[in-house]
Amino acid sequence: MPKVKSLFSIPDFTLSPRVDQVGVEERASRFTKRSIKKESKVSGLKLVLNMIDLTTLEGKDTEGKVKQLCYKAMHLHDTLPGLPTVAAVCVYPTMVKTAKKALEGSGIKVASVATAFPSGQAPREVKIRDTKYAVVNGADEVDMVISRGKFHAGDYNYVFDEIAAIKEACGEARLKVILETGELGTFDKVRRASDIAMYAGADFIKTSTGKIQPAATMPVTLVMLEAIREYYYKTGRMVGMKPAGGISKSKLALHYLVMVKEVLGDDWLNNEWFRFGASSLANDVLMQLVKEKTGIYQAANYFSVD
Amino acid sequence: MAVTKKKSVKKNNTIKLKFDTSWLYAPAPESKSAATIKPQYDLFINGEWQKPSGGKYFDTINPANEEKLSEVADANEADVNKAVTAARNAYEKVWKKMPAKERAKYIFRIARMVQERARELAIIESLDGGKPIRESRDFDVPTAANHFFYYAGWADKLEYAFPNRTAASVGVAGQIIPWNFPLLMAAWKIAPALATGNTVVLKPAETTPLTALKLAEIIQESGLPEGVVNIVTGAGATGAAIVNHPDINKIAFTGSTEVGKIIQRSIAGTNKKVTLELGGKAANIIFEDAPLDQAVEGVINGIYFNQGHVCCAGSRLYVQESVSKQVIRKLKDRIESLIVGDPLDKNTDIGAINSKQQLETIRKYVKIGKEEGAEMYESSCSLPGRGFWCRPTLFTNVAQSARIAQEEIFGPVLAILTFRTDDEVIEKANNSPYGLSAGVWTDKGSKIFNMTKRMRAGVIWANTFNKFDPTSPFGGYKESGFGREGGLHGLLPYVKLIN
Repeated sequence: MPKVKSLFSIPDFTLSPRVDQVGVEERASRFTKRSIKKESKVSGLKLVLNMIDLTTLEGKDTEGKVKQLCYKAMHLHDTLPGLPTVAAVCVYPTMVKTAKKALEGSGIKVASVATAFPSGQAPREVKIRDTKYAVVNGADEVDMVISRGKFHAGDYNYVFDEIAAIKEACGEARLKVILETGELGTFDKVRRASDIAMYAGADFIKTSTGKIQPAATMPVTLVMLEAIREYYYKTGRMVGMKPAGGISKSKLALHYLVMVKEVLGDDWLNNEWFRFGASSLANDVLMQLVKEKTGIYQAANYFSVD
Repeated sequence: MAVTKKKSVKKNNTIKLKFDTSWLYAPAPESKSAATIKPQYDLFINGEWQKPSGGKYFDTINPANEEKLSEVADANEADVNKAVTAARNAYEKVWKKMPAKERAKYIFRIARMVQERARELAIIESLDGGKPIRESRDFDVPTAANHFFYYAGWADKLEYAFPNRTAASVGVAGQIIPWNFPLLMAAWKIAPALATGNTVVLKPAETTPLTALKLAEIIQESGLPEGVVNIVTGAGATGAAIVNHPDINKIAFTGSTEVGKIIQRSIAGTNKKVTLELGGKAANIIFEDAPLDQAVEGVINGIYFNQGHVCCAGSRLYVQESVSKQVIRKLKDRIESLIVGDPLDKNTDIGAINSKQQLETIRKYVKIGKEEGAEMYESSCSLPGRGFWCRPTLFTNVAQSARIAQEEIFGPVLAILTFRTDDEVIEKANNSPYGLSAGVWTDKGSKIFNMTKRMRAGVIWANTFNKFDPTSPFGGYKESGFGREGGLHGLLPYVKLIN
């Protein structure tokens, strides 16, 4: 069981702090005013690369596709030396074994979505078995989805217990809890779902599956970062953050870094506590890094798609 | 680089977020080359640049490094008389008679030219006044342009502003503006005066004359008839000459309550119209049901915007006791992430204090606050060696009777007090000689209306702070002054309603 439970009492989630939409949007836009140039741009972009969970979550995924993605994860752009690797490769449970083998010795984690991703509409036993399957096959990290239907119905205990049960099924694997903010509707509900996830034992909270629009936005990520900060103040336990979906440009990724830095501080500025769930972001970052080095933008064709 | 793992459970009362240990922002200075500052500026009278009759000039410096930027003419009584005469002539011969829609064209043109030269104006505003370029670029200059646009629109629609009345112009307006928003205050003053058919003699503050002089260049290029706007520079004596000039019909002053009282005394017994926009000590009130993270951000904007050199700054924070610890902790972490430094750096949040004199005032109050027994907390940021600087500062455990809770500091210094009930906080918020602005933070709509009804302040913001719009009137109660600027209400001080 997660240790956190014994450390403090579980609050009444109906009393989760309220969020003012106008204020959140205004604050989020302030981060985009930071000017990130020169050496801070280069080091920021390298940090971004190192925080990416390179993702393929499609019905048509094959072992071949996953192997290619894993190779890309380890060799982002070999013509530019000194690059970090991505943080993890994120796949469906059936592909975990393949990914684990392909990434052996690289230090890159294997993350697996589980719990009837992306809808989460399955009985709890199925979700637990799904999770255990991924972990047994070698997943270092599990990305679960919450039961949004139960959440909207006000059955917070169900949502909480389910997260706690999945956390238990994860064993040593780190648990990322996907709130699917695009289906929650308001910032108040995002905040409440974040609180439930963290108190139930989440190691990370994550915005989206990538299958629903809107996916990650800066305001919704800000609400979650503020929830993490409050939880940290109260419990002393750090929780990670993973915005996913919709972040495909370097500039936007740097704005996210600025936001993390200014809301949670420098302790969160590494891939243990912050991740980007993205498939096309890496290449845009690589293009920018090559440009910083050579002064010239190269065509997209010079960067491998997988 | 692989993922590293570490355990990180600390005792929660020792937790402090860290903001400057890794990934610092590289300097991103705005280039000065986009701005031209002449080595010397004369007086802008009757559409041309005239030498001061006393032959005197004074320096204007960059408060961020104390270097001289330029020298500007010191206008004496004779110069002011020339300016008023020019304004009178322009009023009687040209401006009063001009069809309103023609007047509007000139004001629209000024608005567009302010937009076109926005970058240059923003840079000069930051150089001369010390405010961060982000603020002069994103707030001062665009809002100034918007004021001209807004009042240009009113010029030929005054009959709708005052239905069934006839609005006549007043004559020559003498306008004296402060150093905290130099260009914006010039726009606040000039735009409604011109729209209603008046002519103007304007004096910018002695520490920040440059953007007003740039505006004079714009006005000259715009082809506005000569003498309609005259800009004279100087200190208190120049201001006094404007206030006391017998041929001025209307005084508009923004500045300290102290000077406001002097003006009020000197125009007693004359038939000059007057509006005064003076000091403030705004109460910003956080209830326990407020969206706290956004409230904290609003408090930060309320007090640290423009280094706290804002008459409507939320300098008295009232926090409901049940959430006070939480709010104070968040505020302390937040001020650590504010970037203090070069006003021209695009990442700067807090620039330089406007003048040495103002810095001394702020320091005096910080000392008083400590002596009064309040607990001081300031950001741990480092400050540049030269220039005038003050770290963002807050005081906790402040008493209602403390001077730092009663008097206007006009700097980045916040006094935090606690309260228990609605009635208590309304009484305390109103317990001030000032009444310019206030803020209320709560998730409950009915509470907002109850508070706004019972608080004596010209502007009350709900779940936000320091929001300005040309369409919204602004002005004070009690010693914060009288008369309204902005919006429909802002036309009234510049017209005589006949029949």
